[in-house]
Amino acid sequence: MNPYVPILVIGAIGFGFGAFSLIAAALTGPKRYNRAKAEAYECGIQPSPQAAGGGRFPVKYFLTAMLFIVFDIEIVFLYPWAVTFDKLGLFGLVEMFIFISTVFVAYAYVWRRGGLEWD
Amino acid sequence: MSTAELIGTDPGWISLVKGFLIFIVCVLATLMSVWGERRIVARMQQRVGPNRVGPFGLIQALADGVKLALKEDLIPKAADRIVFVMAPIISATTCFMSFAVIPLSGKVTLFGHKTVMQLTDIPVGVLYVLAITSIGVYGIVLAGWSSGSTYPLLGGLRSSAQVISYEVAMGLSLVAVFIYSGSMSTADIVAAQDKWWFCVTLFPSFVIYAISMVGETNRAPFDLAEAEGELVGGFHTEYSSLKFALFFLAEYVNIMAVSALATTLFLGGYHALPGLGFTESWLGGWFTVLWFLVKVIFFFFVFVWLRGTLPRLRYDQFMKFGWKVLIPVSLLWIMVVATLRVLSQQGASRSAVIGFTFGVALLVLAGSSLMESAKNRRAREDALGEVSIPSFPVPAMPSKSYEIRMEELND
Repeated sequence: MNPYVPILVIGAIGFGFGAFSLIAAALTGPKRYNRAKAEAYECGIQPSPQAAGGGRFPVKYFLTAMLFIVFDIEIVFLYPWAVTFDKLGLFGLVEMFIFISTVFVAYAYVWRRGGLEWD
Repeated sequence: MSTAELIGTDPGWISLVKGFLIFIVCVLATLMSVWGERRIVARMQQRVGPNRVGPFGLIQALADGVKLALKEDLIPKAADRIVFVMAPIISATTCFMSFAVIPLSGKVTLFGHKTVMQLTDIPVGVLYVLAITSIGVYGIVLAGWSSGSTYPLLGGLRSSAQVISYEVAMGLSLVAVFIYSGSMSTADIVAAQDKWWFCVTLFPSFVIYAISMVGETNRAPFDLAEAEGELVGGFHTEYSSLKFALFFLAEYVNIMAVSALATTLFLGGYHALPGLGFTESWLGGWFTVLWFLVKVIFFFFVFVWLRGTLPRLRYDQFMKFGWKVLIPVSLLWIMVVATLRVLSQQGASRSAVIGFTFGVALLVLAGSSLMESAKNRRAREDALGEVSIPSFPVPAMPSKSYEIRMEELND
């Protein structure tokens, strides 16, 4: 059997459990409509008409996601290198030194420019 | 016969049985760990904890679940209804899926069929777990976004930024394990540890993984996504009833999953503690499941211990720690491990290896002391330097000489 098929099995079990719970919750819970209950929760005060910033969010989060992609791709390159490390020998080590230092230059630049500061 | 081949001979129904067994164990483990966490934290805080429902309060978590099921299922007016409903399902599905490649036992007999308690063994097992945890982030960020409310949005963003930041450190900490095991399959990694566990030989990797797994699961002291004082409940503020229960379940199953991965990668998986290898054949191999559970429970206890001990970090300090400490340290460690491996492969003399290790240790010490002195200098300059004048108007402050005179008077 294809080794990836059992993943679908457990995925289906998890999904089925989630869907079952949601349907069960709709059936077992009471339904008493009240306008105040459907408002956004803001600790008891009148909720602001929109979420903070009208649904926009600080650019810092976007920056973090970008940095994540840079490093995640580095990791994607590191994994096959690590698995075949014994076959590559000294050549692999030198190559990876060059690759990591390239990424490290970008990392040092981001650090120096304050891209890693949160405030 | 290797594990992958052994699993390959499983008929479909055995996979189904294993899938259900893993699912049931996860749900039961969640119920028990919620109870266990509350009891242990209570002990640490000089309280008794839940002890009313059932013997020792054992079915407290189940009772809470039933109570949640009987509550009204609210969807706020401002919410994006479809995404709002899908988000908890994404969280619940992905948390179970990461267990698919974890080897829970050695060779056992299940309904007269010789197999291992591992749903499947794929060549990219660990990469698959990382991929699935990344998809789990969608559950959080979509829940926060779709609620149409301020606190969930902030909580969801914080939480996803945190998870992806610590995922980098986590991913980097695993590279050394792959170098030493020569494989990404979880079964092969366990097999590669029959002499020495990787938590001994690759101790820095283990430490980095252990720190980042706490950040990855949004647990104290890194539980900034649910900082009650600031964000109410974080991304699940607007969720009620069983939708909330699904997020709760997902959090605990995720803790189990990262603990199980840590056990597999660093603590020898289902193998017995050193010196107790003879127990592995007890109960026809099923005893290994017990060893696996013991190790996972150990990690879970550490999670609870951290929660009972450490205060929450400030968000900027937390991000700084992830990006400026964990990532460079793990990159450096990867290069050190790789160099050592090549040295031993090329048959370098013992003195060369020791010399290299010594040199690296010296470099690290020099670097850290330089950083420390720079930090001290900056702190001194900050203390001496004038406070910058703010751009907004401020009331007149009493002058320095006045304060000094006051101090003299007080003396």
